[in-house]
Amino acid sequence: MSQHVIPQKVYYLVFVTLILLTLVTVDVAFYNFGFLNIYIAMGIATVKATIVALYFMHLRYNPRLTWLFAGAGILWLFIMFVLTIADYITR
Amino acid sequence: MSNTVHHSVVDRENDYIHAGYGLKSWLLTVDHKRIAILYLISITIFFFVGGFFAFLLRLELMTPAGDIVSAETYNKLFTMHGVVMIFFFLIPSIPAVLGNFLVPLMIGAKDLAFPKLNLMSWYVYNIGGIFALYALVNGGVDTGWTFYTPYSSTYSLSNVVPVVIGAFILGFSSILTALNFIVTIHKMRAPGLTWFKLPLFIWASYATSIITVLATPVIAITLCLLLFERLMGVGIFDPALGGDPILFQHLFWFYSHPAVYIMIIPSMGVISEVVTCFARKRIFGYKFMAYAIMAIAIFGFLVWGHHMFISGQSVYAGFVFSALSFMVAIPSAIKVFNWTATLYKGHIEFRTPILYAFGFIGLFTIGGLTGLFLASLATDVHLTDTYFVVAHFHYIMVGGAVMGYLGGIHFWWPKMTGRMYNEAWAKFSALILFVGFNLTFFPQFVLGYLGMPRRYYIYPDEFQVLNVLSTAGATILGLGYIIPMVYLLWSLRKEKNVGTNPWGATGLEWTTQSPPITHNFEKTPVVTGEPYVYQEEEKVVE
Ligand SMILES: [Cu+2]
Repeated sequence: MSQHVIPQKVYYLVFVTLILLTLVTVDVAFYNFGFLNIYIAMGIATVKATIVALYFMHLRYNPRLTWLFAGAGILWLFIMFVLTIADYITR
Repeated sequence: MSNTVHHSVVDRENDYIHAGYGLKSWLLTVDHKRIAILYLISITIFFFVGGFFAFLLRLELMTPAGDIVSAETYNKLFTMHGVVMIFFFLIPSIPAVLGNFLVPLMIGAKDLAFPKLNLMSWYVYNIGGIFALYALVNGGVDTGWTFYTPYSSTYSLSNVVPVVIGAFILGFSSILTALNFIVTIHKMRAPGLTWFKLPLFIWASYATSIITVLATPVIAITLCLLLFERLMGVGIFDPALGGDPILFQHLFWFYSHPAVYIMIIPSMGVISEVVTCFARKRIFGYKFMAYAIMAIAIFGFLVWGHHMFISGQSVYAGFVFSALSFMVAIPSAIKVFNWTATLYKGHIEFRTPILYAFGFIGLFTIGGLTGLFLASLATDVHLTDTYFVVAHFHYIMVGGAVMGYLGGIHFWWPKMTGRMYNEAWAKFSALILFVGFNLTFFPQFVLGYLGMPRRYYIYPDEFQVLNVLSTAGATILGLGYIIPMVYLLWSLRKEKNVGTNPWGATGLEWTTQSPPITHNFEKTPVVTGEPYVYQEEEKVVE
């Protein structure tokens, strides 16, 4: 149970970080990094998702069981991507 | 909770049904048992709506010509039949009715972990239902329940948007129920009730809930993407806009194959309870049964591409999905063999619920094995989109899931209502259902093998005999659904006539009065023994 009280400052900091990263995403879209484009966009998105999960969704302050369920969600996303891509790269 | 019952002197009226009077006491209840009853009413309405569409479909298929409805209407009929039956009946059926009622009772809890979310899930379900009903009266939808793109996103002129929004909303009600079950089963088990002492129905509800929370968000996102493309022209699935229609199928089946297990695993839980009760024996291989349920739930996520063998998916992916699909047969076979082994040398009592269990085991086996024909790459090319597929999934969904649901309703009806139904009628209608079901769907295997495609309203003359058989069967099947409605409702007119444990079953739900009090147990039960200790009981009797 997340009875842990998180100072408001943390929320504001996370919010500012998310906005900054959004601006970076927009800015980066104007440059062409070739094959790196997708990795940069996905990398920023992953960082943003991680801090949302850790702070806004309180994962950081939650017990192991919650981590297990969050981990399962990621593993299942991985299954979806891998088996779908198995089709796309062998067509 | 207003526990002050006006005439609480009469002991038998001290139960959850009499805990409050008037519509408001039901519509604002947070009692899991009352919410189960609300769900029972909602899904029964949808079941008969979906059944009505099925009846019209079979009527049209009596003759080779298109004589009752037009091609367009026929498309809408089979779409609405599928949408209503799958999303509005089968997915919520056992979890939302029997699961809601039984999960807290079986684990010795007072209620689910989040009673208000539980009530909310029923409202969310009904809001989704209103969208579907709106689409229905506004002219229907014709995409098939699978909503394949690009037809659904670009070409169909029917009510795609409201139906898709309805299905989207509905998903949240499943997620709320599943979340509730997961937390409840983790956190609220009675003292001493460890994981391997849980009834298999609880294992089944748990596995189903895990599938639901992992898969349902994917269909929600997919339906959103479909709406983005249809309403705003965002190119995701339409090749003309740079999209890929097969991507829709990947995402759709990533949810919808596991959804098959959302529908069938709860039935497997019911059948496990019923078989061991009426064989008067412990379940054979309890741990294997629990592991098999979890294995089915997990393998179920790795096989979705078997719906796409002829869709343009790569041959390599087809090969992988085919091999993985065969793996699901292993835990499924474990379950069937263990039920059979449980029955072996049991003192079988032929009461109504076990007749449904027998029906389930036989029909699920046929449905499962014909699934292997479809999981094989080569035979699937011949059988794709024929009546063979229709017969196969109706054996699983109707022969399996609905038989399990009705078996469960008959098994726990005395607990839910405090009343026993007329068993002569109940056995008769179980028989009617079994005969009607097979007469409806067995000919469809043959039709499909001979090459009759699904989703056509006309067909060549040589298929008529088998189609007439199927329609005749559907009429008998329909009767088999109406009879239980009558005698179950009729049983409510009687005085309360069953005790705490009318079947002599094990399980905590049978240790409290029927119908239970609002908080289920007078005092929290403590569990010391294994589940299904029928043998000890038998020794006492002899
Ligand atoms: Cu499938």
